[in-house]
Amino acid sequence: MSAHTIVSLLDQSTAKIPKDNYITRENGLLSWLLTSDHKRIAILYLISLSFFFFIGGALAGLIRLELLTPQTDLMATDTYNKVFTMHGVIMVFFFLVPSVPATLGNFLIPMMIGAKDLALPKVNLLSWYLYMAGGLLALYTMMVGGVDTGWTFTTPLSTHYVNTNVLTTGLAVFVAGFSSILTGLNFIVTIHKMRAPGMTWFRLPLFIWAHYAASILMVLATPVVAIAIVLVMLERTFGIGVFDPAKGGDPLLFQHLFWFYSHPAVYIMILPGMGVISEVISTFSRKRIFGYTAVAFSSVAIAVFGFFVWAHHMFIMGISNYAVLVFSLLTMLVAVPSAIKIFNWTFTLYKGSITFETPLLYAFGFMGLFTIGGMTGVFLGSSGTDIHLTETYFIVAHFHFVMVGGMLMAFLAGIHFWWPKITGRMYPEKLSQLAAVVTFIGFNFTFFPQFILGTLGMPRRYASYPPEFQILNVFSTAGATILGVGYLLPVLYLVWSLKYGAIAGNNPWQATGLEWQTQSPPLTENFAVMPIMDHEAYDYAWLEGQQQKDEQQHRQLHERQKETEVTSAG
Amino acid sequence: MNHLSPVIWQFLVKWMTNFALFPPEASKIAPQMDALYFFMVLVSLIGLTIVVLLVTSFSILYNKKRHPVAVQIEGSTLLEATWTIIPLGLFLVMFIWGALIYFRVFTPPANAMNIYVVGKQWMWKVEHPGGQHEINALHVPTGRAVQLTLISQDVFHSFSIPAFRVKREAIPGRYTTVWFEATKTGTYHLFCTQYCGTNHSQMIGDVVVMTPEEYRKWLISSTSGSSLAQNGERLFASLSCAACHNTRPDARGPSLANVYGSKLALSAGGTVIADDAYLREAILNPSQHITQGYAPIMPTYQGQISEEGVIALIEYIKNLDSDYRVQQTLNTTDLPPGSEGKTPAAKGQVSKGTVKP
Amino acid sequence: MPDSPAIAHEADNSANGANTANTEHPPYLRHHFNSTEQQADASNFAMWLFLLTEVMFFGGLFTAYLVYRNWYYPAFVSGSHQLNVVWGATNTLVLIFSSFTMAMAVWCAETSRRRGLVLCLTFTFILGLGFLGIKSIEYSEKIEKHHVPGLHYSLSSFLDPAHDAAARAAGDKPLPLDMARKTEVYFSLYFLMTGIHALHMIIGIGILGFMIFRARAGAYTAGHVTFVENFGLYWHFIDIIWIYLFALLYLISRH
Repeated sequence: MSAHTIVSLLDQSTAKIPKDNYITRENGLLSWLLTSDHKRIAILYLISLSFFFFIGGALAGLIRLELLTPQTDLMATDTYNKVFTMHGVIMVFFFLVPSVPATLGNFLIPMMIGAKDLALPKVNLLSWYLYMAGGLLALYTMMVGGVDTGWTFTTPLSTHYVNTNVLTTGLAVFVAGFSSILTGLNFIVTIHKMRAPGMTWFRLPLFIWAHYAASILMVLATPVVAIAIVLVMLERTFGIGVFDPAKGGDPLLFQHLFWFYSHPAVYIMILPGMGVISEVISTFSRKRIFGYTAVAFSSVAIAVFGFFVWAHHMFIMGISNYAVLVFSLLTMLVAVPSAIKIFNWTFTLYKGSITFETPLLYAFGFMGLFTIGGMTGVFLGSSGTDIHLTETYFIVAHFHFVMVGGMLMAFLAGIHFWWPKITGRMYPEKLSQLAAVVTFIGFNFTFFPQFILGTLGMPRRYASYPPEFQILNVFSTAGATILGVGYLLPVLYLVWSLKYGAIAGNNPWQATGLEWQTQSPPLTENFAVMPIMDHEAYDYAWLEGQQQKDEQQHRQLHERQKETEVTSAG
Repeated sequence: MNHLSPVIWQFLVKWMTNFALFPPEASKIAPQMDALYFFMVLVSLIGLTIVVLLVTSFSILYNKKRHPVAVQIEGSTLLEATWTIIPLGLFLVMFIWGALIYFRVFTPPANAMNIYVVGKQWMWKVEHPGGQHEINALHVPTGRAVQLTLISQDVFHSFSIPAFRVKREAIPGRYTTVWFEATKTGTYHLFCTQYCGTNHSQMIGDVVVMTPEEYRKWLISSTSGSSLAQNGERLFASLSCAACHNTRPDARGPSLANVYGSKLALSAGGTVIADDAYLREAILNPSQHITQGYAPIMPTYQGQISEEGVIALIEYIKNLDSDYRVQQTLNTTDLPPGSEGKTPAAKGQVSKGTVKP
Repeated sequence: MPDSPAIAHEADNSANGANTANTEHPPYLRHHFNSTEQQADASNFAMWLFLLTEVMFFGGLFTAYLVYRNWYYPAFVSGSHQLNVVWGATNTLVLIFSSFTMAMAVWCAETSRRRGLVLCLTFTFILGLGFLGIKSIEYSEKIEKHHVPGLHYSLSSFLDPAHDAAARAAGDKPLPLDMARKTEVYFSLYFLMTGIHALHMIIGIGILGFMIFRARAGAYTAGHVTFVENFGLYWHFIDIIWIYLFALLYLISRH
């Protein structure tokens, strides 16, 4: 074993991908489209999510191109409004919310708890079809002229003042919401009812705790945005008047209903990413996560507190001063569990044995960028500073730091970390480390200037802006091109690795999770014989013991082989 | 600075203002808000530095080559407590400090002068009580507390003046308010910051801060000839409000003289302060706001008056003394001292007399 | 490649399912579950969770109702008086009775009474259809009187209750115009809440039809009762929602 890396591969001259695995078990397109195997569904999600990500990313590119100059010269203002709306809708509902849970969560949760599949495999497939239906509706909307209400569907703009495709977009989001609800429901039932013998709650990997917390949010919060969107669609079609002041309705009611979901939604997005980071940091420092119980409970705390802070999106909208007080205080409270996690991860590195493979590089990027993003959230949670900073590019920078600098980096960390398990192959390490660094640099160039723009007062959703804001916007666009390269590279080398990557073997990272104790790619039923959990999570001593047992067995086998050779020769 | 050539100095000043990291501080609250903002920046920087330093030093000290065997540590309650309590403490400081600023921004002083703003797709209509009408512009004097009463005619808009650090949503269906006191003369940006449709990014303008003297001159030169209260008087007459709202003993509606700012007992029970919001609701949804002792016969004027009309009526009612005829010499140019106050006690006399220079 | 021998493995009794009797490995046991108990437990838990999401879904509507009823009480009173309490109460009884027949159906399934199960499911089905029938009578009456928001909504019943049978019967006074306009909000909520409820009923009745078909073939009386049990939960939930809707929509200020 090299001193510089923990990667432990088989002898590449004789290594082979296991013949029977979930990919080879059945063939043909239908076997994939009608599968109930959680791993195949995860792959279906991975492909479709990547597709929607690049569409959303292309829209982002168009936004940044337009903002190179203060005037609206690249596209008409109406078009720009449609571009940023679709960027938001696609990125939020068709990438961020499903990303880690639908790909890594689907693939790994049963394996990590020692089960053969999720509790409701057919419902899992239904989730994917609902997601695809919603996504195709969104694409259709783009093709027939888009929508320009902003992803937040603010009433009365969306109900009475635009003549674009609000209905189809609303329907797309509604359908995708059900996909999310069913996924969360599946996860909760699975984690409760399908754990292997010996797998107690506090032996679960933190990835599971994170997904459990996110699933609670998915199940309880999403129905509320579903009804909010139904109300918008009905008001638009029939003029029912629930949000129309002329008829006695109140547009602020929509805001409450919408943000009641959309705030927990951001925790749906970030919690699974935090779960990934826990796994990566533990593995690459060879240590149990510092303060396992604190991290587990802080995930649930974020989920619970996350339900009580929604009106911090409405501080200047005319809600009462006392409501502002309450929500500001609760927002400060919800920031604490996130801070705790950063410190727990930092101290996991203490007295560890650290190597710097790509997943850890992404994890470090996450930690730095999420710290900035999270702290700027506190700027916004404090009602006084929120007055100046809300509705400006400060908000845009804040949520891109936590979502892109945080969540997307965690997603990439997870994809790289579990790529060997999912495909049986390793990605090229040097190139991927380069991509991680390029992404980090590009990200900072793109979004840090936007904090300054926001403080200067540049409003969001502006197609044109005062000329003095141009320099920072140019910086931001330049960064976006670098960021684009950073995102394109993984697509290219990951696809390359499917054919030419090194064969990974069971456990190239020598990690402790149950998923690493079986072949890569796994069997359809995950384990040849169901495991019993008789050790703690992140138990490197146990792993050490297993590896010694393995070596001993191999030696004995080798010796017996030699003996048979000798006796047969003699 | 005399060893620096004036050219270089000019260049430096231009460079610094073009690379400003925050907008000019042109209101009383701006430096207070900036103080909190910079405190937060400082705390964030320190927090980030701590995390980066720790991660970097741990990565160097404990990389695999130097530290091949990891030491399993379960945790440390002391450390957990520390990094829970310290951030919580800091966040609570920010909460309290921020809440104080927030309350300050949304609690106008009693002597604030009132300016109405109606937002619509895609312009701001600013109505001064003296009858000056502006579009996408707002002229204010230094040294005076100014309260903005905002409403939207259609969708959500948001009136933002970054240099003053104030921002407030203009909502359809109800008034919102914010106040500021400008401290530095100059011209500053005015933005609409709530996405409102196609020309959201064109709904911008200028806030012009002038010395009180210049402001006085501007008021004189920009008046439309008729104050908001006078417009309201005309509307009051044309809508026949006086048929019920008069001073006769058998009047079917309550007299509106001196009603602004007073406490009213409602027929449905409870009391209410007759402020702008109440008056607007009483005109548009009267059946829920009937004064005690009167029959619920007032018709609704929803759909018959524009938001500007409602504002004019409110201004008229605000300035009503014991007599229903607003003095035709109501001064359109001067700011009667203290007469813009919210409470009856602060209401001074309506200035009768000729135009003051 | 076999699993690492490092993982401890379970005693080998359920791994080779082929030689165990049907009672240990019945045909309806899905392969990812270890036992029928686990399967029943998991699907039951899943159904409770799903009902929780339904609570949150209706919760948004109940929130809107609470806010607007608080603001526009007189309009809600007049609007509510336009609904026929007799039909509403009948529907409530119909649903409660259908919950009873559904509970009987679950008992029949658990005690392997195939004919009883089919009978009870059929009764539930018919009662469900009855509910929808009464609902459609009520809806058509509302359409006739132009009380459907957005479709030529008429305020005359509220401005002039003397000429409206339902308002006269309830002793309603005429509403001022601005309050009369707010009745549209009431009816929006009425149609939304009962409409979404009716949609759930339609889905439930559809599943009932499917279940009757399968029950006749003996699908639920051979030990695999979870489908019937879980559907029973769903049906009871719809019933409970209706009871709240009846109280909140029909019974405002009735003397």
